Amino acid sequence: MNDMRILERKVAANDIKISASNTQVYYGDNHAIKDVSIEIEDKTVTAFIGPSGCGKSTFLRCLNRMNDTIDICRVEGDILLDGEDIYDKRVDPVQLRAKVGMVFQKPNPFPKSIYDNIAYGPRIHGLANSKADLDVIVEKSLRRGAIWDEVKDRLHAPGTGLSGGQQQRLCIARAVATEPEVLLMDEPCSALDPIATAQVEELIDELRVSYSVVIVTHSMQQAARVSQKTAFFHLGNLVEYGDTGQIFTNPKDPRTESYITGRIG
Amino acid sequence: MPLLWLTLIVLAIAGAGYVLGRSRALASAGGDSRHLHSLPSYYGANVALKSVVPAIGVMILWLLLQPLYVGSQVSGTIPDSAVAEGSSRSLVMAEVRRTADGLKNAVALGEMTTEFATDPDADLAEVTQSLKDAGQIVTADVTQDILRGAQKYRAMNATGYFVMSGLVILIALAGVFFGLRETQKEFRARNVVEAGLKAILIGAASIAILTTVGIVLSLVFNTLEFFRLYPFMDFFFGTKWAPSFSGRGGASDLGILPLLWGTFYISIVALTVAVPIGLFAAIYLSEYASPRLRAVAKPLLEVLAGIPTIVYGLFALLTVGPLLVKFFGDDGLGWMQSGTAVMTAGLVMGVMLIPFVSSLSDDIINAVPQAMRDGSYGLGATQSETIRQVVLPAALPGIVGAILLAASRAIGETMIVVLGAGAAARLSMNPFDAMTTVTAKIVSQLTGDADFASPEALVAFALGMTLFVLTLGLNVLALYIVRKYREQYE
Repeated sequence: MNDMRILERKVAANDIKISASNTQVYYGDNHAIKDVSIEIEDKTVTAFIGPSGCGKSTFLRCLNRMNDTIDICRVEGDILLDGEDIYDKRVDPVQLRAKVGMVFQKPNPFPKSIYDNIAYGPRIHGLANSKADLDVIVEKSLRRGAIWDEVKDRLHAPGTGLSGGQQQRLCIARAVATEPEVLLMDEPCSALDPIATAQVEELIDELRVSYSVVIVTHSMQQAARVSQKTAFFHLGNLVEYGDTGQIFTNPKDPRTESYITGRIG
Repeated sequence: MPLLWLTLIVLAIAGAGYVLGRSRALASAGGDSRHLHSLPSYYGANVALKSVVPAIGVMILWLLLQPLYVGSQVSGTIPDSAVAEGSSRSLVMAEVRRTADGLKNAVALGEMTTEFATDPDADLAEVTQSLKDAGQIVTADVTQDILRGAQKYRAMNATGYFVMSGLVILIALAGVFFGLRETQKEFRARNVVEAGLKAILIGAASIAILTTVGIVLSLVFNTLEFFRLYPFMDFFFGTKWAPSFSGRGGASDLGILPLLWGTFYISIVALTVAVPIGLFAAIYLSEYASPRLRAVAKPLLEVLAGIPTIVYGLFALLTVGPLLVKFFGDDGLGWMQSGTAVMTAGLVMGVMLIPFVSSLSDDIINAVPQAMRDGSYGLGATQSETIRQVVLPAALPGIVGAILLAASRAIGETMIVVLGAGAAARLSMNPFDAMTTVTAKIVSQLTGDADFASPEALVAFALGMTLFVLTLGLNVLALYIVRKYREQYE
């Protein structure tokens, strides 16, 4: 990797968007996340890396309460979004998820037209007053998803008919359409070829201007390419968290060094 | 009994062939099964198959052909004078067969000596009497021609069975011999046995298909026979159903429209009950219910599907009908004459179809990938928004298929209609009138002692054919829709 480039990209400190302290997650008796505390900055790309089963996806799903849909999952500790506890009883997980959007590992377009896929979120949240409004939102989202030029002539074709890379960008555009403040991405490129991956990575870098992006990835190169901050998870613990350049060039913890040099994983 | 013995002998020969083939194969490899092409048991099975399959095959073929041959031979010996006026040769042959069976059974019971039974000049009265003493069916006095025929029939059959037994055993032995001769260590016994097994499976599948073809053909021929006796325009477009049975005389009106209307009306009422309830139950069970509740509720709902339809019919007749009369009868709104009505049968049939719709829809809703739901929740949709806008549209084709399957069951249902909807064929819009369906009328046309060659009885086949075409069409449509849905998540 080009280390110089990484060091150059160091960003000025931003506001804290999400702050988690002493988070514990249990799946039944299995203690999946152990005492994780982390502060995620606004307008920054934060990468979660670590070997399979280390809990990075689980922790990501805590950030918009997607784990609520799993019956046996239990979350303890405080996770604050803009200073508000998202696990507070008064918080409606549905509203939270409108603010914290999510893109999944496998592209999952709805079996609807491309247009309806994008319009789904704005419709259920009442973001558009008229058909014209909705058209504007759809076009804007598809442009931000870097897929507008490819689909503008077939907006009413089914979204499931696109290629894998196009589907994933459609899903990103769909998540962007609801104007979230944070975008969570769970290995968004693992099902994509290198060209589609490059397109999605470019997109992530552009999204950083307006959102806080958290991305889980298995590819250390990808983490180094797209993120400003990196967190290394191992066996449910947050081992090390810091600027991406520092994690990859000068890790403090021996486990981090072993992982990024390929000795554990 | 001899057939059972013959089968057992063939099986014993095959069993011996199995053991011999196995040991011969082992011997050819010097006792080490690693030098054989296949496992030793395959060599045994090869020998056994080669003896059983041709032997049993010849036996079945012989049993099918012998009665035809013997029948035609004996029939040829009966002079035309023996066929009475108004009777037919086939009726006389039936008599001959019955007498032959009687003689055989009488001898078996010891009421008659073998010599007496085969004596062509035996006293006819004595034969008749001793047949009666042996408890055999004798419709009329046995005539000389019939007795001769019966004796010839017996003799030919006895010879036939004797020859068959010998032939079958010979074939079984030849099969063993042939199988043993080719058994040596290079012989590819496994491939032969696998091919043989495949042939057996193909045979089983073709029996299932041929039976269906046979049923359809019998429907078709009887329907054609019916249309020779009754104009088909009157059948398909007649608005009156009034069969008159031969005793009363007069022509029948056999229009299918009142029956089809009754069928559709009752089915529509049933589906109006079953589809919303079943669908909502399915949505609740698959999306909202906790796993523990689901584990209890789903089997309970499916118990409804296990109740025999006659029990539903009783429920319609004894509970639902009187209840409806209480509200809509003369004491209430005055729309209903008696407990048997379209509404009664439709409601009960709807209850019967609920588990059908709910169970199938539940499976289909569960088959919608979790990724769809996650995607929707991830965008901040509530559970009901997700179900309405993502899960149900994705599952819709499958649900439509389930509903069509339920509809074809409703159309074919009989017992609930017989007990719940009455027997009057009527074209009416009032759902509280008694009506009847195609299936219920098929039952009433074929029960009773109508002449089987009359249009009044044959109409049942035309009705059955119509029903068959209708439900087949619905099933094909349902399967087509379900298959199209499946392609969506490849």
